Amino acid sequence: EVMLIPTRPRLFSVCRNEDLKEMLESSKESLKLEAMKRIVGLIAKGKNASELFPAVVKNVASKNIELKKLVYVYLVRYAEEQQDLALLSISTFQRALKDPNQFIRASALRVLSSIRVPIIVPIMMLAIKEAAADLSPYVRKTSAHAIQKLFSLDADQKEQLIEVIEKLLKDKSTLVAGSVVMAFEEVCPDRIDLIHKNYRKLCNLLVDVEEWGQVVIISMLTRYARTQFTSPWKEVRGQSGEVMKAFYESDSEEKKGHTEEKPYIMDPDHRLLLRNTKPLLQSRNTAVVMSVAQLYWHLAPKHEVSIVTKSLVRLLRSHREVQYIVLQNIATMSIQRKGMFEPFMKSFYVRSTDATHIKTLKLEILTNLANEANISTILREFQTYVKSQDKAFAAATIQAIGRCATNISEVTDTCLNGLVLLLSNRDETVVAESVVVIKKLLQTQPTQHSEIIKHMAKLFDNITVPMARASILWLIGEYCERVPKIAPDVLRKMAKSFTAEEDIVKLQTVNLAAKLYLTNSKQTKLLTQYILNLGKYDQNYDIRDRTRFIRQLIVPSEKSGALNKYARRILLAPKPAPVLESSFKDRDRFQLGTLSHSLNSKATGYQELSDWPAVAPDQSVRNVEIIEASGSDSEEESSESEKTSSDSGKSSSGSEQSSSESELEQKKKKKTKKVPQKKSKPTAADRYSEIPAVCWSLRVTTSSFGPVKTYELLHHMTGKGLAAKYHFPRQPCLYQPSMVAVQVILSNSSDHSLEEIHIGDRSPASLSIHCFNTIERLEPEASVTVSMGIDFSDSTQAANFQLCTKEDQFSVSIQPAVGELLMPSSMTEQDFCKEQGKLQGMNETSATITMETANASSQAISKQVLSVANVGVVSSSQNNFSRFAGRTVSSGALVLVSLELKESSTALLTINTEKTVMASMLLRDIKQALTQA
Amino acid sequence: MIHSLFLVNASGDIFLEKHWKSVVSRSVCDYFFEAQERATEPENVPPVIPTPHHYLISVLRHRIYFVAVIQSEVPPLFVIEFLHRVVDTFQDYFGVCTEAAIKDNVVVVYELLEEMLDNGFPLATESNILKELIKPPTILRTMVNTITGSTNVGEQLPTGQLSVVPWRRTGVKYTNNEAYFDVVEEIDAIIDKSGSTITAEIQGVIDACVKLTGMPDLTLSFMNPRLLDDVSFHPCVRFKRWEAERILSFIPPDGNFRLLSYHVSSQNLVAIPVYVKHNITFREGSSQGRFDLTLGPKQTMGKAVESVLVSSQLPRGVLNANLNPSQGTYTFDPVTKLLSWDVGKINPQKLPSLKGTMSLQAGASKPDENPTINIQFKIQQMAISGLKVNRLDMYGEKYKPFKGIKYMTKAGNLCQFRLH
Repeated sequence: EVMLIPTRPRLFSVCRNEDLKEMLESSKESLKLEAMKRIVGLIAKGKNASELFPAVVKNVASKNIELKKLVYVYLVRYAEEQQDLALLSISTFQRALKDPNQFIRASALRVLSSIRVPIIVPIMMLAIKEAAADLSPYVRKTSAHAIQKLFSLDADQKEQLIEVIEKLLKDKSTLVAGSVVMAFEEVCPDRIDLIHKNYRKLCNLLVDVEEWGQVVIISMLTRYARTQFTSPWKEVRGQSGEVMKAFYESDSEEKKGHTEEKPYIMDPDHRLLLRNTKPLLQSRNTAVVMSVAQLYWHLAPKHEVSIVTKSLVRLLRSHREVQYIVLQNIATMSIQRKGMFEPFMKSFYVRSTDATHIKTLKLEILTNLANEANISTILREFQTYVKSQDKAFAAATIQAIGRCATNISEVTDTCLNGLVLLLSNRDETVVAESVVVIKKLLQTQPTQHSEIIKHMAKLFDNITVPMARASILWLIGEYCERVPKIAPDVLRKMAKSFTAEEDIVKLQTVNLAAKLYLTNSKQTKLLTQYILNLGKYDQNYDIRDRTRFIRQLIVPSEKSGALNKYARRILLAPKPAPVLESSFKDRDRFQLGTLSHSLNSKATGYQELSDWPAVAPDQSVRNVEIIEASGSDSEEESSESEKTSSDSGKSSSGSEQSSSESELEQKKKKKTKKVPQKKSKPTAADRYSEIPAVCWSLRVTTSSFGPVKTYELLHHMTGKGLAAKYHFPRQPCLYQPSMVAVQVILSNSSDHSLEEIHIGDRSPASLSIHCFNTIERLEPEASVTVSMGIDFSDSTQAANFQLCTKEDQFSVSIQPAVGELLMPSSMTEQDFCKEQGKLQGMNETSATITMETANASSQAISKQVLSVANVGVVSSSQNNFSRFAGRTVSSGALVLVSLELKESSTALLTINTEKTVMASMLLRDIKQALTQA
Repeated sequence: MIHSLFLVNASGDIFLEKHWKSVVSRSVCDYFFEAQERATEPENVPPVIPTPHHYLISVLRHRIYFVAVIQSEVPPLFVIEFLHRVVDTFQDYFGVCTEAAIKDNVVVVYELLEEMLDNGFPLATESNILKELIKPPTILRTMVNTITGSTNVGEQLPTGQLSVVPWRRTGVKYTNNEAYFDVVEEIDAIIDKSGSTITAEIQGVIDACVKLTGMPDLTLSFMNPRLLDDVSFHPCVRFKRWEAERILSFIPPDGNFRLLSYHVSSQNLVAIPVYVKHNITFREGSSQGRFDLTLGPKQTMGKAVESVLVSSQLPRGVLNANLNPSQGTYTFDPVTKLLSWDVGKINPQKLPSLKGTMSLQAGASKPDENPTINIQFKIQQMAISGLKVNRLDMYGEKYKPFKGIKYMTKAGNLCQFRLH
């Protein structure tokens, strides 16, 4: 019952807002929903419902999806006006952005980005960045839309948004492509460089993109292509005739002459675009068809453009508004390329049911298409149009006939005669228009036409339309010498009716009088004087001025002087004929299919289509490296290693942000280099892949144990300001598996910048080192971390090399601890025992040690052992046993460490490996670590 | 792209507005009203109108203007096509697209518009997807919703957005699996006084109603595909297959959709299935005119010509008409001078005729022309071009669907006889 009361219209209108508020605050979902529906109804009607904001915004977190959606509608509409209150809802959206349902994430982003409140710009930015990396393409699409919203809210975010656009442009989803290109067009249409790498992908995706996206992408690619490819029109422009000849006569001689000029070869990418857009001519979406048509018009070789004709003509069967736009574009095209549309001439015949603007456009096109061959058909068609009941259209047809008559000289006389016949038409507008057009035609035809003028003079009394009367008067005046008898008589009649005429007729009467006065003053002197006197006192000042001027010019007096002599030459000078041309003549300055073209004026945000470049820019920018399938694995691995290395970097030296960044760069380089190397050295690769995947995670854990020791490589006193430290990051070396990874931290403690830091000579000469890339410049106080790889060949012999700057060379050496020459190996306890069994006798080294009590627990033991050696922990079922396994980096020999706890802190330490030298050194190191506190 | 949308009725009232970006005052429509006033007919309002700060792009359907407000350069066809899509969607949802229907369903309209555009850029326009997001209103559902408080809005993201066939929803289930295809051809022609054809063309469409379970993959082949000169497809049709084999291969959307539009090449002569005999005379000085019109069938292969409707715009001088139809009914509107005659079916044995007198304005000069006559008609079970479907096959699903095909020919927007 309660629900129904407010639906009564009277009550509803009286206390609308109070009721709605009450309903929104009620606990019943259905009431809230009903209230929201009414509020949306108010918004739809354009009524103000902003008062209800506090009550509505409370429901933003509702569980009911429809209610929630309606609240969203409301929020988007009023948030701008109620910014403070709108902020209350933000946290709800932030939460929803993390929702597992992609639909909710997307809609939260849609609404959040539609709330035009400047204060939430950073939140929006963050949300967009996150959504752009979302797994759901639908959410990514929404983020592309949000980019534009944020940009229009705060243009200062441009740079950051471009980064997101750049990322999304790489997206391979057809769902995203259209939207991100739209964002690109809105935010940074001039950043054509972002397109290069994505060009081929966009071309290939195009057919599968949704229709609206296709329009946007095609229009962007049109602009792109005009900046990147050379013109395919050159041969046609220069000497079309010659080219045609070469085409038909396959004589070798003729061809030779041509090959001297550089033949045009279309860029394959240019062809790709044309080829991939062509099927879209068959789209049901008229906007898509039009955009392909304009692409061909602006980009295709001239002889290929005509494939779009049929599709454009097809669009003429669509809705009236579609016809209007398509006809406008055909009108522009048909001026330059009659041949394209001539076979379809009949499609442009006017139907009586067409709207006036459609009729006018069809007339325009028919006129453009007229030539000697088809003019008779067209004129016959025009004849029926003249009889149309739509008089404005009939008048336009007469104009069109006039244009045909001037353009095609063969039919000028026929047209003229036809128009003269129309002078006896019952309809005034038809007659008037005919007079005006005849006037223009006679001007262009300097032959004998006194008959027509006489005929018109006869009709003069019956014509009332001022423009037509004025035109006849002008004609008689201009050619008064050809109709010497009639002209004075017309003037006589005009003198009688002068005061009752319209202004334009009066002006032409004055003109006629003046011209007759100069040529036939005997008969017309008095009449002229009379008309000039009437004009002198006319109400219109233009007519008074003109009269005064004409009198001074033609009537000799003592004041008038020299001008008088030239009166005849001034008034009766031969006048250039008016040019009758299409109103679409200069429309081709606009890109076809655009709003600007439709309006014939530059619309806001119109992007000029650039001219073809004379020389094509570098084609290779569009090349994309193909990422190998195996690349993805290594990418993952190295991203892991990045984490660990930066961790260790921090803990060891607290190196600055800049250093770790450059480190990342180094890593990236490594990544790309690693893949080919894997291929070139199959043996290494085999061994590499032998290591089970689990060991990797093990390694991560081990290396995070304990502080990593950093050693000095070069003191700044000896290094003249250049200081270097190094440590072992304990990750597999990316350059070569047999190398040990070393990170070197270079810092500049001098007061000037150091340049070209690199590695010079090394000893022993056979020592294989992977050097870091030369550091071009190191500023004072700055430091940089670089990675290198050294193959120590499983020996602790120091690697000596020279660290060079531009000016100096410093000999340095890296002496590895034996534990660093290992890498962890994961194995089960059984495997460990089995392997240990194989490495008995000579290969076993053992010692009984007395441990520091603090080290007695198995955890402490692990920590100590791992700090000394880069080995992996082998999970043990026996409490009193600790086992560790590793391999030497260079040769991959197994190194097994086991520790058996005995009573009172004594333990038996055993090392099994074929590398006995390493074993004794390792034994010593571990013993030392465990016996010390 | 599209900033705002205003719906304007025939009397020039804005009855709905929707904004996708910041709000544009409805006063921007004043420029539209000016143009509307200048236009003699509702159809004559220019589709693109520039104003100082915005551009108005409008379409007129069902006597409602859909006026979109644009702020910067955009392909006008993009907007026009979209607006028509909106109208189609409304029609699909409410059965009719009238002011009353829109006002009654204003919430659904708003929800639809919200989903169809995001920030002025089309988001979801496929009917299959929209229907999953927002259920079309039915009387039953409206009642249930009022009682239970449940909603029209779907809770899941339509699966189509993410699948490879974005036009088809997943999980379609029917107990009766059926696929119907309607081949509908329209003739557009202009015939001159002597009965010879000035221009004639046939365009056709294949509309489908497919209710099949699962993900069926259909192929449709024609006996004479060469007849089709120019085609445009629903996005579901595989273009390459058509190019190579002239076979329509597609995974259909669920429900009603237009599979194909085509144009029959103009080399084939088009026979107009009706002819007109006429004798309309006005005499100078007389206030009477004679009107005599007879229709007859021509080359219909024995099929009946039905639903014939004749309309003609008589000259302005005609005050009234006093006519006598041999069958059907006629009306004459003295204001618009529009004569229309609902003939019905043409019986070849007894040809329908309309005879009588017209009274003319006293003293007015004789109208100098004969009017043009527009004719509407339908012929069932025949495609005038002779296009024939060969077979329909289904792959990808195991059941046997029921398949049906229907042919029809009708007059297009214009089948015009010029009597002058």
